[in-house]
Amino acid sequence: MQLSTLAELNAERAARRPAILVTDVASGEQRLVKAAAIARDPLSDELAKHLRMGKSGMVEAAGKRLFLNVYAPTAKLVIVGAVHISQALAPIAKSLGYDVTVVDPRTAFASPERFPDVPLIAEWPDVALPPLNVDHYTAFVALTHDPKIDDPALLHAFSRDCFYIGALGSRKTHAKRHDRLRAQGASDADIARIHAPIGLAIGAVSPSEIAVSIMAEITATLRLPAKEKEQAA
Amino acid sequence: MLNRDEDILKAAEDWHKGGHGVALATVVETWGSAPRPVGSNLVINDEGTFLGSVSGGCVEGAVVTEALDVISSGQPKMLEFGVADETAWNVGLSCGGTIRVFVEKVG
Repeated sequence: MQLSTLAELNAERAARRPAILVTDVASGEQRLVKAAAIARDPLSDELAKHLRMGKSGMVEAAGKRLFLNVYAPTAKLVIVGAVHISQALAPIAKSLGYDVTVVDPRTAFASPERFPDVPLIAEWPDVALPPLNVDHYTAFVALTHDPKIDDPALLHAFSRDCFYIGALGSRKTHAKRHDRLRAQGASDADIARIHAPIGLAIGAVSPSEIAVSIMAEITATLRLPAKEKEQAA
Repeated sequence: MLNRDEDILKAAEDWHKGGHGVALATVVETWGSAPRPVGSNLVINDEGTFLGSVSGGCVEGAVVTEALDVISSGQPKMLEFGVADETAWNVGLSCGGTIRVFVEKVG
C-alpha cells in the first residue's frame, strides 16, 4: 500500500467518513474510494452494497479478483444520564471499542470521581449534544429517568439517524414518554425506534447486569441481519 | 485497551514515518468457522512488532515471518491457513476454518 493511500485512509477514518480500499490481489494495485465518490465509480453497485452491509469481501470485475475492504467509522456511544448503570456501561462499551461520552447536566452525577477516564459533559442536552456529531454510527441511550433531560436528548437522536436508540423505563413509563414525545412533534415511526424497556431480556438485576443487557442489545442491533434481530428482541 | 482498526492503521503510518519497514496483512477470504472476519488487519514492522490480528492468535507468528519477507522483497503475498495445511505451514486454525491472508508492504 502506498503511504499516501494509508495516510488518506487514516484521514477519512479520523473524520468519521466511510471509505473502501479496493485491492487487485494478483498485482497488489490499489485505490481508495471515499464514500462521496462511490456513486461515480465503475464499481459503484458493488461498493454501495458492501458499504451498506458493512462487509468486506472479494469481487470479480473485468477478469480481475478485487478485494473490497470496507472501513466504516468506529461506533460511538452517547450515554445521557451519569447514573449508576452508566458507571458500569461506560467501561464495558469502551472495552468493545466504542468511543463513549456521558452527558448529564446534574453536576452531582456527572463528576470525574464517578466517571474516571470517560469524557463527561455536565450540560443540558441542547448544549451538550450538537458538538458531539451524533451520526448513523452512534448508539444513543437515555438513562436519567427524568423527562426534562431524556426527552430533548431522544428528539436529538431521532434527527441524527442513530443506529440504536434506547431508553430506560418500564412499559408504563415508556407509554407516558410516547405521549410526551408525540406532543413535541416526534412521529410514531421515530418513537418506535426506541428500544424500551432497554436491553435484552436476560433477567438483569444489578446496574452492571443491566449494562451488559444494554450492550448486548446494541451489539445485536449492529451485527445481526434484520430478521434475526427481531427474534433476539 | 484493545487495539482498534484505526489505531492499528495509524500505527502503520507512524512506524513508516519513523523510518521502519512496514507490512499490512489483511484477511481477504474465510471458509468455515474463522476467528476474525474478512477485512481484519494485522500490521507488522521490520523489528517484528505487530498490532491487530488476523486470527485468534493461531497463525500470527507465521504471518509475521512472511511479512518480514514481504518488507524486504516488496512483493505482495497471498497466504492460506487451515487445518489441512499443517504440513505446508506447520500452523493451522484450531477452529477448523480456512483463511486467506493478503500481505503487502506499506510505502
